[in-house]
Formats: sequence, C-alpha cells, structure tokens
Amino acid sequence: MMMHAMRQSPSTLFDKLWSTHEITRREDGAALLFVDRHFVHEGSFHGFSQMKGRGRKVAEPSLTFGVADHYVPTHDRDKPIANPEIAEMVRKLEQNTADNGVTLFGLRDPRQGIVHVVGPEQGLTLPGLLIVCGDSHTSTHGAFGTYAFGIGASEVAHVLMTQTLWQKKPKRMRITVDGRTTAGIAAKDIALSIIAGIHADGAQGHAIEYAGSAIRALSMEGRLTLCNLSIEAGGRCGMVAPDATTFAYLKGRPYAPQGALFERAVEDWSRLCSDTDAEFDREVTLDAAAIVPVVTWGTTPDDALPIDGLVPDPSREADEARASYIRDALDYMAIRPGMRLTDIAIDRVFIGSCTNARIEDLRAAAAVLAGRTSKVPGLVSPGSSLVKQQAEQEGLDRIFTDAGLEWAESGCSMCVGINGDLVPEGERCASTTNRNFKGRQGRGARTHLMSPAMVAAAAVSGHLADVRPLLAGRKV
Amino acid sequence: MEKFDRLTARACPLPQPNINTDAILPARFLKWPREKGLGSVLFQDLRVGADGKEDPAFPLNQPMWHGAKVLVAGRNFGGGSSREAAVYAVYDYGFRCVIAPSFGDIFAQNAVKNGLLTAAVSDADASEIAAAVTADPARDVTVDLAQQTISCGNRVYGFAIDPVSKNQLLNGWDDVDLTESYRQQIEDYRKVDLQARPWAPIGRR
Ligand code: SF4
Repeated sequence: MMMHAMRQSPSTLFDKLWSTHEITRREDGAALLFVDRHFVHEGSFHGFSQMKGRGRKVAEPSLTFGVADHYVPTHDRDKPIANPEIAEMVRKLEQNTADNGVTLFGLRDPRQGIVHVVGPEQGLTLPGLLIVCGDSHTSTHGAFGTYAFGIGASEVAHVLMTQTLWQKKPKRMRITVDGRTTAGIAAKDIALSIIAGIHADGAQGHAIEYAGSAIRALSMEGRLTLCNLSIEAGGRCGMVAPDATTFAYLKGRPYAPQGALFERAVEDWSRLCSDTDAEFDREVTLDAAAIVPVVTWGTTPDDALPIDGLVPDPSREADEARASYIRDALDYMAIRPGMRLTDIAIDRVFIGSCTNARIEDLRAAAAVLAGRTSKVPGLVSPGSSLVKQQAEQEGLDRIFTDAGLEWAESGCSMCVGINGDLVPEGERCASTTNRNFKGRQGRGARTHLMSPAMVAAAAVSGHLADVRPLLAGRKV
Repeated sequence: MEKFDRLTARACPLPQPNINTDAILPARFLKWPREKGLGSVLFQDLRVGADGKEDPAFPLNQPMWHGAKVLVAGRNFGGGSSREAAVYAVYDYGFRCVIAPSFGDIFAQNAVKNGLLTAAVSDADASEIAAAVTADPARDVTVDLAQQTISCGNRVYGFAIDPVSKNQLLNGWDDVDLTESYRQQIEDYRKVDLQARPWAPIGRR
C-alpha cells in the first residue's frame, strides 16, 4: 500500500463528464455509460423496430423525449399531411412514443421544433449530462458543457432498452480561440474557419473542447452553432465549459431544476471545467481577430474560404488527389477556377436548420434584410415553433416577407429535404445549414454554407457577398 | 449479428476520399424499412445519373466487380450523417469489409453492430491495394481479423481496428444481452448518482 495520499492528476472537462457516467469498464476498454437524456425523432423508427423485435419496451420513458422534425411539413400544418409516406413517418413516431409513455413534442405541439433547438429551449439539456440522439448533430448540446453525441439505430435500440450505452473513450482535443472577433463575424464564421483549418476529418476520434476568450464571449446561441458543427470536423462531440452565460440561459426553463435544486446544480456545474494543467491529445489555436466572413465553394464543409477570395484552381495544386477532388467539386458546383467568390450568382436562399435558426440567427439575418428586397426566392424556417412565435412578436416575420422571402413553420426542412422542401436540380442555394454535400439539399442541388447574415447579404445582392458593407449604419 | 473472422473475396476499388453517408445512401431512401433490403440503392446517385442511366465508369456497375465482398475506399469513408441505414445498404449489397485510410466515427460504430468490418490502413497501403485489384480484378483478397492482416497477391498489409470493435466482431456479441448481465451495477450506479446529481433525472425529483 502506498502511504501517501494519491495525487489526482489534472483532468479535462471531458474526462470529468466521462467518469461521472461510467458504470463499469471492460478489459478491452469499452465502458458502459449511463444516458441522462435520449431524444428520438421520426428517423428513430429503426431503433424502435429492433426493440419491438425483442418484445421489449422503453426502459426509462421519463428520460426519453420524442420530437417531430425531420419529416414534418413546413406549410399547411392545419391540414392532414398530403404525402402518405411522410404522414406515415410522423404517425410511426406518434405511435412509438405513445405505446411507450414517452413525451412527444409532436407536429401540433406549440413546443415542436428541431430536436437540437427544442432540447436547450425546454431546459432538457443541462450541463454535466450525457445526451444521445440518432442524429449526428447531437454534438450541438455540448454548448452547455454536456457530453452529447450522435448514435446509430442499433445504439438507439440499446439505449431505449437499457438507458445505457457501450463506448470507447475518445481522445481529447482543445480548440482555443482567443481575442476579439471584428464586426459582422458570427459563430458560423468561427466554426467554418476551424473546419477549413483542420479539415472534415481533422477531429476524428476526438472529443473537442472549445476554449478561449472569443468562445467565452459567445452567447448560448453562438456556442450551440459552434458545437453543432463539431461533427463537420469529424469530432465525436464538442463542448464549452458552462459559465454565467449558461446558467442565466437555463434559469426558469420548463425542464430545468428550479429553486434550491437549481442553486445546488449551479454549484455542481461550476466545477465542470478543465483543470489548469490538464493535458489534451491535440491542441489547436486560432486568432479571433483574423477571422473574416467565410463561405463554402465546394462539396465538403472544409471547403470554406474568405468571401473576398477566389475559387481554387486545380492546375495550381501540387497534390494530384487534391487537384482531382477540386476538379470534381467545381464541376458539380458549376463554377470556374480562379473566379471571384462574389461573382457566384445564386438562385435561392434558405435560412433554417439546427445550426442557424435560433432567435439570434433570425435577428442577424433580419438586420441585413430590413428595408431591402431579396433578388432571389427563399425560405425561412425557424428552429422551433417557439422561436417562430418570438420572431413574430419582434416583427421579424414581416421583415422576411417584405423582402420577398417565405416565412414557414419549423422543421429540418431544406437542410436535408426529406419533408419535400428541396432545392430544385441544378439550382444554387446560399444556406445557413451544415452540409454542402452533393445532393444534400436535393439531387443536383448546389449548396454554399454561410452565416445567417451572409445568407441575407447574398439574398439582397443576388450573388455571394460580404455582409460587412451592408451593415454600415445599422444596429445589429 | 454475424461473426467476422476471415474472408476471402473479390475487392472493388472506390478510391475517392470523403464518401459520406449521404452519398452512400441518399436521404430519400431513409424511409425504407430494413426488410426491404437497401443494397439496390447503395451509392444510388453515384451509380445512376440524373437521366436514370447507370454510369458505366462507376466501379460497382462494372461486371468484374459484381459479387465483390470487400470495398477499398478513400480517406474519411462514411463521414457525416449518423444514418445506420448507410451501413445496411453496404451490407445488404453484399460487402462484409470496407478497407480505407479512415472512417467516420459513427459509421464505424454502426458497422460493428452489423457485422461489417472497417479495416483502417495507411494512405499508401489503401492506394496500393486499390491499384492491385484494379490491375487484376479477379484476384481475391483475404482479410483476417484475428491477425489484422489483408493479403493481396504476395503482399500482406496490417490494418488497425480498436480492440473493442475487434472483440465484438470476432464474437458476434449482442450488446443488449451483455448489458443485461450488468443489471446490478446499473442499479448501484443510479443510487449513488441520485445523491451526487439530484438535479439530473426527470420524474424522480
Ligand atoms: S436541421 Fe438538418 S442537421 Fe439539424 S437535425 Fe435536422 S436534418 Fe439534421
């Protein structure tokens, strides 16, 4: 026996979250983790089928929440769903949640919205929790200092039946952004700049912690956007240590602890941070002052460039594999090497998705659009029905419709297109979403990712554009 | 779940990097139930042009790759969406192993649960294997999970896989049964946790 006290080695925020949830660990390193919240949506039907196949029911209905978002129509909500296949997807979710006593934020619930917007909004997402959902952007919830990650259908079934999950521990990566961002820079610009720097698979196998003064300065909305995009850098999850901004956001939310229990929680949550000497497997740093508005030009999210840049030229690329990728991407995107990004004309815009459809995102877009007209058609789908309601109270809906854009109901909508909101084949869309993959917004659709303000700038310009001159003299 | 130990089969090269799960299985097929089988729409938008015609240049459309059980892919295969149906499509088509320099984390995790081996090799080895099977499509490759080797012609390549996934594939373990054997530990954990984090659960407050 060692007689002196064991010194606790300094640990990272992620280590703390991991060890809090570890029930047991096998010899091969896999740990059984306890799941605090499990979100399900229409796409979770595979998981429910597997569970039913074993004749089982949901083990912990009170920790499971259903949200109708992926397939819901964004128009004519008062009428029955026209497309029978889509109606069936929504019905299956209603059935599966009802059969198991699981709370559902369904199609006509005033709290309905995109799962990664609803969780935080309802106070279901709390610091220190472990949250899973059969959706890769579950990383979003990490904004609260939460261990949150996307899982597949077999794992959904496992969580439904046991409220636990086997996991191998990811490596730890810290991304530090210090300094102050300049005017007109959004969390989306920070996130896309990071992804462009480390690449779409740069954080594979890692849990990311975002740190530094520029991250601290972000609102909860901004942190949610940042953590949301962790998966586009390949990260298993992304997180920000909770602080006063976090606690202020949570206070009074419907499912957040109340009164003395809230005070106790804040005490616990305040300890959720990386120790000073904690070691990370990988460190990346970024200077906030150097970040400019960015847009993507290609077919993966790491194809992000400053708006005043030029489309890459494959003939100047030394690496043949890279050159061949660029040729293929330019061909799909129908743009020429060396052309100015601001010369790329667009056909439509989309403001929506779990990345960028919270109230601050809508305000940022509206600040640019106010008193101006969009040169192209476009769709605005708020992140949740409550965000929609608030935006209408603030008169933002009028700004969008006066500019010529459509103001729709909340859902995943044109982010993935499975509810029928598609970018027509061959059209080019400036979008606040998260994936510019080939065919993501519809077969043959061409997607340029950017912040809500930059989408608004593209709308009023008719082509990709720098939002900063358009903000001159405006209050944002 | 079917075990995986050793496989000798034809290997189809698909060396492009970043083939994400949207490309493996476009979102419009996500409504399909598993029983329908998703193999017929694997890589649908890469295989079939907008005009509805098969692209003859796409490897899976070439007769010499029919019946391949191994796919030799590029870097970051299966990144993006968590859709497990992408794994169903790869598996239902007939593939039992994907060789690539790296994989999307969630894809790799989903693969294990379905008996699909994701074998990670170096960039150089992936290119070499792809070149070898392109030059001689009839040449079978042998993938040995216990040894973590891929034999192709007279070359033998090592591949990486984490011990947890290896264990599960070799044994064909069923996670749920395994977890049930830890029922007591789970209950004990919850008792202690309720004291430590009284604010965490809902419904027990
Ligand atoms: S908005 Fe898009 S990224 Fe977010 S959950 Fe829906 S489909 Fe996934």
